Amino acid sequence: MGDNNIDRREFLKRVTNAGIAIGAVTGGAFLLHNKDEVISAGESIVKVKDFRITGDTLPQMTIAKGDSPAKIVKAAVEGMGGMKRFVSRGDVVVIKPNIGWDRSPEQAANTNPEVVAETVRLCYDAGAKKVIVTDMSCNDPRRCFFRSGIGKSAKDAGADVQLPKDYKFRKIAIKGEVLKVWPVYTVILEADKVINIPIAKHHNHSTLTLGMKNWYGLLGGRRRDLHQNIHMSIADLAGFIRPTLTIIDAYRILIKNGPQGGSIRDVKMMNTVAVSIDPVAVDAFATTLFDRKPEEIGYIVEAHKRGLGSINYTELQPLIISA
Amino acid sequence: MNKKNLLVYLRRISQIFFILLFFYLLFQTEYRGEFTKDITNPIRIDLPVKFFFEIDPLTAISTVISTHSLYKDLILAVVLISATILFGRFFCGWICPMGTLHQVFSTVSPSRKGIKRIESNKGHPNQIVKYYILILFLAAAVFTSLQVGLLDPITFLYRSVTTAILPGLNLSFSFLIDKLNSFDNPYVQKIVDGIYSFTHDYILSFIQINFHFAWIIGILFLIALLLNRKETRFWCRYICPTGALLGLFSKFSLFGMEKAHDKCTDCNKCLLDCQGADSPQGRVDWKSHECIMCFNCERVCPEDVIKFKFFPSRTSTSMEPNFKRRWVTLSGFAGLFIPFFSRGSAEFKINFNPKLIRPPGALEEAEFLARCIRCAECMKVCPTNALHPTLLEAGIEGIWSPILIPRIGYCEHTCILCSTVCPTGAIRSITEEEKVGSEKVKPIKIGTAFYDRGRCLPWAMAIPCIVCEEHCPTTPKAIWLEETDVPAPNGKIVRVKRPYINPEVCIGCGICEKVCPVQDKPAVYVTSIGESRSMENQVLLDSSRYK
Repeated sequence: MGDNNIDRREFLKRVTNAGIAIGAVTGGAFLLHNKDEVISAGESIVKVKDFRITGDTLPQMTIAKGDSPAKIVKAAVEGMGGMKRFVSRGDVVVIKPNIGWDRSPEQAANTNPEVVAETVRLCYDAGAKKVIVTDMSCNDPRRCFFRSGIGKSAKDAGADVQLPKDYKFRKIAIKGEVLKVWPVYTVILEADKVINIPIAKHHNHSTLTLGMKNWYGLLGGRRRDLHQNIHMSIADLAGFIRPTLTIIDAYRILIKNGPQGGSIRDVKMMNTVAVSIDPVAVDAFATTLFDRKPEEIGYIVEAHKRGLGSINYTELQPLIISA
Repeated sequence: MNKKNLLVYLRRISQIFFILLFFYLLFQTEYRGEFTKDITNPIRIDLPVKFFFEIDPLTAISTVISTHSLYKDLILAVVLISATILFGRFFCGWICPMGTLHQVFSTVSPSRKGIKRIESNKGHPNQIVKYYILILFLAAAVFTSLQVGLLDPITFLYRSVTTAILPGLNLSFSFLIDKLNSFDNPYVQKIVDGIYSFTHDYILSFIQINFHFAWIIGILFLIALLLNRKETRFWCRYICPTGALLGLFSKFSLFGMEKAHDKCTDCNKCLLDCQGADSPQGRVDWKSHECIMCFNCERVCPEDVIKFKFFPSRTSTSMEPNFKRRWVTLSGFAGLFIPFFSRGSAEFKINFNPKLIRPPGALEEAEFLARCIRCAECMKVCPTNALHPTLLEAGIEGIWSPILIPRIGYCEHTCILCSTVCPTGAIRSITEEEKVGSEKVKPIKIGTAFYDRGRCLPWAMAIPCIVCEEHCPTTPKAIWLEETDVPAPNGKIVRVKRPYINPEVCIGCGICEKVCPVQDKPAVYVTSIGESRSMENQVLLDSSRYK
């Protein structure tokens, strides 16, 4: 064993290397040492702006009836003072139709494609820089966007049609009673103006799905859990997203087996579109198309109570237009 | 460029072209959304994504044996067989994407050099094993058990890439995108959007996909590639039943090698890059059935001993493998016994597996197993990631055949894409109308849903839910609701809607199971019972069953 002597230089080299190795391990451990009991995810939580316009001298609600979906939307928006009142030059507008199901327009499970396309055109005519059309579908989005006709009609009108992309969700503070923080589709953060275009439908749980319920389609995460407290969560969303405009498509309405439908027999022609800056009032009006009263719908009552709009839509003196 | 170099360059161009085509068609076996066509158009995959399976002679011949018919475009295999009769086993060296991959893994930084490499390419008597594997599989097909897909190179590669490689690739891109996204910077965002749209338009699936026990398929794929470090193109030389089949057809080849033995100086340069180990060197017979027409030997021969030409002299050519009668007999009988061995086990239509939910349009189980090559085309095209390779759900005979796992993905109501891409008709060609049904025709049923009332929110906890009913796509709905007053867990009486299944209407699509909020073990689940394709796996009396 005595022959294995090493020289001083070699000794110092080895000791130094060992020292550096121990130092690196120890230093790294202290650097990464987590003394807190709770491990924070380190995610930033952002807020969403208010998309409403200011000033309320002009009509607050219009209802247009007629045979052409495009014409009645145009007439209703013109009745409100024209799209220029809502969309300014250079705005990025996000349009949120209901593209939830792999159903054709005749089945009235998705927003009418012509209604969406006409709204896109009106936004561009008013000077919008970009109009984005998107939704988080329930069925395969590729099929829903195709079968609903909205993919093609909106694209033909010049819109940026976006299939939902999984990386575009962020936890956003909703600050509601039920929904505190939830993953939301971040397209809403890019918007200057937001237009909600739901279709009026029967819904087996919330009774009717109208404008405020349509915000489910911007949520990611486990949104199926929301049914456990549906009216409160819809009211939370109505307080979270304050749209520039709500356009309820009641050209065809689904009166049974909603929200998905399937049978033409469950569809009723109403040839109507209702437009308002008050999301609660326009929903309240839409209940009457189903021979119901707004007071019967939990989320409308709750949203009114929270001051998000008026359940007494007649107070807005809706302008009724034939086109 | 002289003729010798030209052939090798042409071969390389062909290999690159076909491997790119293979991956392009694989990646495009996906409906990516369509905003240009009118909505009355049916949703289809426009590209000929089945192409490689349809030119595959092993698929064609084995299904002819097992079903006595040549399904649709499998007739394209005639082209390849004819070409093999003209030019020899060129498919392996010029077209087969798996062969090209093996060549890359053998050639790049080779594990042997010089003399050792030459020795390893001199050929081995065990190369005949692939012919016995072929005999085993073809014999199994006689009594309708189709096992060729286990080792057919096109099938093996497609299945491995689809189920074992792509999901991980997708995850890695998501990881990268999430990391970049956290910078929250508009320029970085542009890069992220660019990466996302490129990868999702051309390579990855629309959604993150994951496959049932895919890691086993992945490990086998890895082993197949690593075998090239043991010997050049190990798979092609020893295992590949498709190569063996083409080797047999090459007997008739009009094209081949002629050697001038007297000019040979035994330099053995020809053996250095020989791919097939088919004895290109002088003084021995060239094995035409092992040669994959890479032309490396002709290119490097300094004495012009080796010449490839039409109508070569066959004086020093061995035209067929040196079969041993006992092994031919053994593999043949073993193959004949495979179906009885596997169906003697209780998994085949005795102890029906509730999880064996086959895709819509799948044939009756015995007919299905006579056609399914487990290529995974259906799994790749499924828009909801519903179809998965079985492990043992269909018995050992049905390993990696498709099953639907509703908790991972449901069967989209109006989608029939899996039936349009199945190359062999194991999932027969169906229409949307046929699948969805009409007032006259019953819809295709793949199973039946059941409630676990002990876990269902309205049933067990008096909590409102009905997400299942909302998603049920049939008309009338197979899930109906009873509104009733029930005691809540705290003792108070509350009004809830409790869901029920109507098994007559339920088609087993599984969307209820997919969306059920009870995460780990859903309160509504689908089992295979009631499936249209089966006479036996039934529960309800149906007078029209025996027609």
